[in-house]
Amino acid sequence: MTGEAALFWVLAPLAVLAAVAMLYMKKAVHSAILLAWVMITLAIFYIALEAPFLGIVQIVVYTGAVMMLFLFILMLVGVDSSDSLVEKIRGLRSVAIFTVLAFSLTLIAFIARAELGRPSVGLEEANREGNVQGLAQYLFSDYVWAFEVISALLITAALGAMVLAHSEKSEVARTSQRARSIARFRGKSIATAAGLPGSGVYARHNALDLPALLPDGKPSDLSIAEVLHRRGDVAESKSYELEGLPKIDDQGNK
Amino acid sequence: MSNASIILDDPTWIIVAKGVLIFVLCVLLTLLSIWGERRIVARMQMRMGPNRVGPFGLIQALADGVKLALKEDIIPAAADRAVFVLAPIISATTCFMAFAVIPLTGEVNFFGEQTIMQLTDLPVGVLYVLATASIGVYGIVLAGWSSGSTYPLLGGLRSSAQVISYEIAMGLSFVGVFIYAGSMSTGDIIAAQSTWWNIVVLFPSFAIYVISMVGETNRAPFDLAEAEGELVGGFHTEYSSLKFALFFLAEYVNIIAVSSLATTLFLGGPSAPPGLGFTSAWLGGWFSFIWFFLKVLAFFFFFVWLRGTLPRLRYDQFMKLGWKVLIPVNVAWILVVATLRLLTQQSASRFVIAGFTGAVVLAVLGAISVYDRSKIKVEELANQVGPMPEPSFPVPALPTSLALREKEGN
Repeated sequence: MTGEAALFWVLAPLAVLAAVAMLYMKKAVHSAILLAWVMITLAIFYIALEAPFLGIVQIVVYTGAVMMLFLFILMLVGVDSSDSLVEKIRGLRSVAIFTVLAFSLTLIAFIARAELGRPSVGLEEANREGNVQGLAQYLFSDYVWAFEVISALLITAALGAMVLAHSEKSEVARTSQRARSIARFRGKSIATAAGLPGSGVYARHNALDLPALLPDGKPSDLSIAEVLHRRGDVAESKSYELEGLPKIDDQGNK
Repeated sequence: MSNASIILDDPTWIIVAKGVLIFVLCVLLTLLSIWGERRIVARMQMRMGPNRVGPFGLIQALADGVKLALKEDIIPAAADRAVFVLAPIISATTCFMAFAVIPLTGEVNFFGEQTIMQLTDLPVGVLYVLATASIGVYGIVLAGWSSGSTYPLLGGLRSSAQVISYEIAMGLSFVGVFIYAGSMSTGDIIAAQSTWWNIVVLFPSFAIYVISMVGETNRAPFDLAEAEGELVGGFHTEYSSLKFALFFLAEYVNIIAVSSLATTLFLGGPSAPPGLGFTSAWLGGWFSFIWFFLKVLAFFFFFVWLRGTLPRLRYDQFMKLGWKVLIPVNVAWILVVATLRLLTQQSASRFVIAGFTGAVVLAVLGAISVYDRSKIKVEELANQVGPMPEPSFPVPALPTSLALREKEGN
């Protein structure tokens, strides 16, 4: 048995098992993890079949981006929400079955038209200029129109989703954080620049240039930064001092 | 000879030896980088940092690892057990995978065999690194979901959105390198930088890659998924013991992985700095590993520097930066690179190339000028809010002097 065959017989049953188990999982996140696993095994098969670009892009785009978006939505909707099995729109089930059948028939027909009765070029020929270069040659020459149309379609879908999800802004224009911050520093006194003290704190001012009051109501020089002292930027704290408190001298005597 | 053909004729024992060497190197580097980060951040904050266990505190990280392993392993009752156990395993296994395609040295003599310290050279090597990174994030997102608690869920949610948006910017920053090197294999990209490193030629791509690699590894200032000030510990709040240690390991290995990729893509990988090319033959070629190591360490220091300097971004600012700045700038830059590349390939005359470059520079200057003029002036901004009212300080009722005097009288 070659390495490739061994890889197939180990991974293929696991992939099928995961795909079947995905349908029977109760929690949506479990299904998502199993689906991610199926995608990764597919990517490994692509790489083993000498299509490294397809394999890696499969992981980056589907496992990395699409499944991650799924998980994002699942988490956003809620951790414990489970699917309701009640048929809300009548006849939905039959429509779904019909659509699935029609889609698979179309798919089979297209693949059959492309594959059956035609001699395949072979991997050697297809990868002659390198796998990535060969793919790029097709994407940007023969199929450039289809490629562009699909990207236009995707952009339209994304724009549509943005328009649908757009919410109207409230009439009252909110000023930005930056504007408010600038305005605070342009106030008449520096008092507006500092925030309010915590609730329950005995303070009638919270500015840097105003000395803190000692228990006896005297201003404390220590509470002002040396720089402000040197610049003489110390505000008069008289109006904030308490009147009539028993005076205590520096030794703490009354 | 390209890297791929040199590696191709490796015997099996060399491949196994390389794999083991890379794994050991990553684990050792993690231990060292945890110590290094703590010491450097400590210096930046005028502290000493860990200096007790071993010389200079070198084996502090090892001691911490042993401590973590011996702690009780708790799985919360509300957690989804299977996924809760799976998440750290995903994180810790995928983080090593990126190193398979990164050449750590130039051509070296490995016990008599000429080889390169690189496990394999894929034609889509750089995209492979992107793919392993995108699987690795599943660890973080699933950890957040499976913990069955609010803060981890918020952390996981943030992480998934963060990764989707920053992976786009990161992938786009590769495009410039691909166009310039004409290949996606790491070996060819290094070979294409033999005259000029890409950091000079493709500086905008480099800048965008460096920003998005910090976002991709969940490091400060973009560490919104763990944000200890807002979300306790984010996605790993409920984790303890070895499972937490695995997340820790994954974070540091990831930092080294993205730094190695940056070195490979933009700093010429293991090649010596210009003018020192003669060193690449020293020690049978092994001296090139020192150059590689130094470049990776420089990136690691940058990570630590960022952490020591910048405050964490607000979530909406972070998303705005990703979608409204990094991605559009990157797309415009790719157009410029592609045009220049085509002009040189078609061997256009120098005047055409110079004319195009001049036009681009003029357009950028014009755009900056228009943006600058349209910016609202500081005066206007202040006027928008109007004069700030004097703040009123709600002070609880103070004991009146009368009451105090009465008290004294008693």
